[in-house]
Amino acid sequence: MLKPLLRHTGIAAILMRDNVDTDQIIPSREMKRVSRDGLADGLFAGWRYTAPGSRVPNPDFVLNRPENHAASILVGGENFGCGSSREHAVWALKEYGFRVVIAKSFGEIFHGNCIRNGILPIALPAKQVERLAMAPAPVKLQVDLEQQTLISSQDPDRFISFEIGAFAKRLLIDGLDPIALTMTQQDQIEAFFSDDAARRPWVYSAG
Amino acid sequence: MALTLFDKLWREHRVCGVEDGADLLAIDRLLLHERTGGVALKSLKENGYRVRDPSRVYAIMDHIVSFRAGRSRNEARSPGGEAFITETRAMASEAGIHLIDTDHAGQGIVHVVAPEHGIVLPGFSLVCPDSHTCTLGALGALAWGIGSSEAEHVMATGVLRATKPKQMQVTIDGALPPGCTAKDIALFLIARHSASGGKRCAIEFTGSTVDALTVEGRMTLCNMAVEFAAHSAVIAPDDKVLDYVAAHAAGETLSGELTDYWRTLRTDPDARFDFQIRIDAAEIAPQISWGTSPEDSVALDQPVPDAAPSRALVYMGLQPDQPLRGLRIDGAFIGSCTNGRLSDLQHAAEILRGRTVPAHVRAVCVPGSKSVRRAAEALGIDKIFRQAGFEWGEPGCAMCFYAGGETFPPKSRVVSSTNRNFEGRQGPGVRTHITSPAVVAACAVAGEICAPIDLPARQRVDA
Repeated sequence: MLKPLLRHTGIAAILMRDNVDTDQIIPSREMKRVSRDGLADGLFAGWRYTAPGSRVPNPDFVLNRPENHAASILVGGENFGCGSSREHAVWALKEYGFRVVIAKSFGEIFHGNCIRNGILPIALPAKQVERLAMAPAPVKLQVDLEQQTLISSQDPDRFISFEIGAFAKRLLIDGLDPIALTMTQQDQIEAFFSDDAARRPWVYSAG
Repeated sequence: MALTLFDKLWREHRVCGVEDGADLLAIDRLLLHERTGGVALKSLKENGYRVRDPSRVYAIMDHIVSFRAGRSRNEARSPGGEAFITETRAMASEAGIHLIDTDHAGQGIVHVVAPEHGIVLPGFSLVCPDSHTCTLGALGALAWGIGSSEAEHVMATGVLRATKPKQMQVTIDGALPPGCTAKDIALFLIARHSASGGKRCAIEFTGSTVDALTVEGRMTLCNMAVEFAAHSAVIAPDDKVLDYVAAHAAGETLSGELTDYWRTLRTDPDARFDFQIRIDAAEIAPQISWGTSPEDSVALDQPVPDAAPSRALVYMGLQPDQPLRGLRIDGAFIGSCTNGRLSDLQHAAEILRGRTVPAHVRAVCVPGSKSVRRAAEALGIDKIFRQAGFEWGEPGCAMCFYAGGETFPPKSRVVSSTNRNFEGRQGPGVRTHITSPAVVAACAVAGEICAPIDLPARQRVDA
């Protein structure tokens, strides 16, 4: 069962680049085992450390700045999480301690992977993301998933509302297991397959 | 009501609507590879679920397998990579799913293997925890990349819980100028409309240019849809696809009823799309990337844009307005799910025949599958590559992405027939320029970025 996410308050680290791909979030060389665990250390490894394979922090990288050490919200640009489908990117973010990712837009598979792992992806219009990003650090954000709003400590009178799909919202708030949820409809599924086998027999004979 | 091809495919697989506007979609085939599929099998087992229908699930080894000629069964191309191969193999056997192992005669990259062996057919729904699954829409299948958790969901339940995406029609009309390929169409589209231009839509590619592409060319075009931030891509199956399927789906008898059904898989004349893009093929010239996103692509004879972002330029070791032609290269790679099929190798071989790669360039060709490799060898294409100075590797994803281990050195400039020029994609600090196989071949023999037409006439080669 996933940890439910209803409200979250945390420090936002600002990584204002477009097209941050999943190869950057977790380089393939950091995927060392057939596992969902042990990935936080490799998060953003190419940018976070001074050299490949090194664990010496690059002081210029946003997560290494002292004010961001406790960051649990990541703010990015356009097409965040594009590229490879590797769910390891989300597992690494989660294990590191991120619960919310805000961006101008998301890679489709990354977006789905976030929801499956208890991370809230919030897509906001470019201007709103830039306004959040321009505030002096540390930026503290209060996110309310139920109300679909967020507030920045730098801009406390301004509620920003965001859209999120109803299924995604319920999955995150209730920490549901989608497989268990789908299995409650097993009868309907089996009835479909039984009709389908008559309708499209070649799907069932091949393989 | 007039429907798009995507609407029809979605409707065909829709089990039922569920709350929150989502649908349960029946999944005809699930492909897994050792990099992201192994972990899905493991998690399925740990959570106490079993595979509902093992006959629909295929595990195929491609990502981490060694591409060294004469590799052994468990040999990986990255340190510790053996575990991905051996654990996936063991779990696949235990689960009773199909296994196309490293030593299987049909082994190769999932998206190359699936059409070759009739694992995907027109009208199928197919998913795989791999972003380039959209390749298979070229056969008129509903195919898209998912995460490992969703793969686990498909194994356990036979269905996916999915919200129908918006739809975009990308129409390309007219004759492609000489030297242009499906890869150039894709890079041109992404450069013009940005790497997020696909807006998470299901895309249908239409138009006379798409009709004129070979089935393999269509796979290249659909493959790159994910670099355009598309949900998926699809092309209506025509006679070329039906002929392709008849030739590749061994053991299948394609009844008239079945082919009649496949011919209905097309968008109705009055169907509506949420977004439309039109491209005149005459505007397209051979493309190459200069930066660190596929959207950073230009025509080969163009310089780096004036307004190029400095971060990408620093990484790539380039200046604004600098010509790309004439840049010295250190490496060349031909292969991948984008451009590792027989026709890609043939295009490159036409350039390489009677020419050689200079000593400062490491050139590697890795056919997309063992079937491609055998077919190329039967045509003598391997000899052309080898005589030109290319390594001729064992099938897999190979140098398309770095996973640890040996690769091109940092700051080396590599032309590549692959799909991603991200920072570090082919190795720490490696500067990747993505382009078509023929252009990779031309650059490799020239030792610098150039177009095939720039090459001096080849010396006569004695037979």
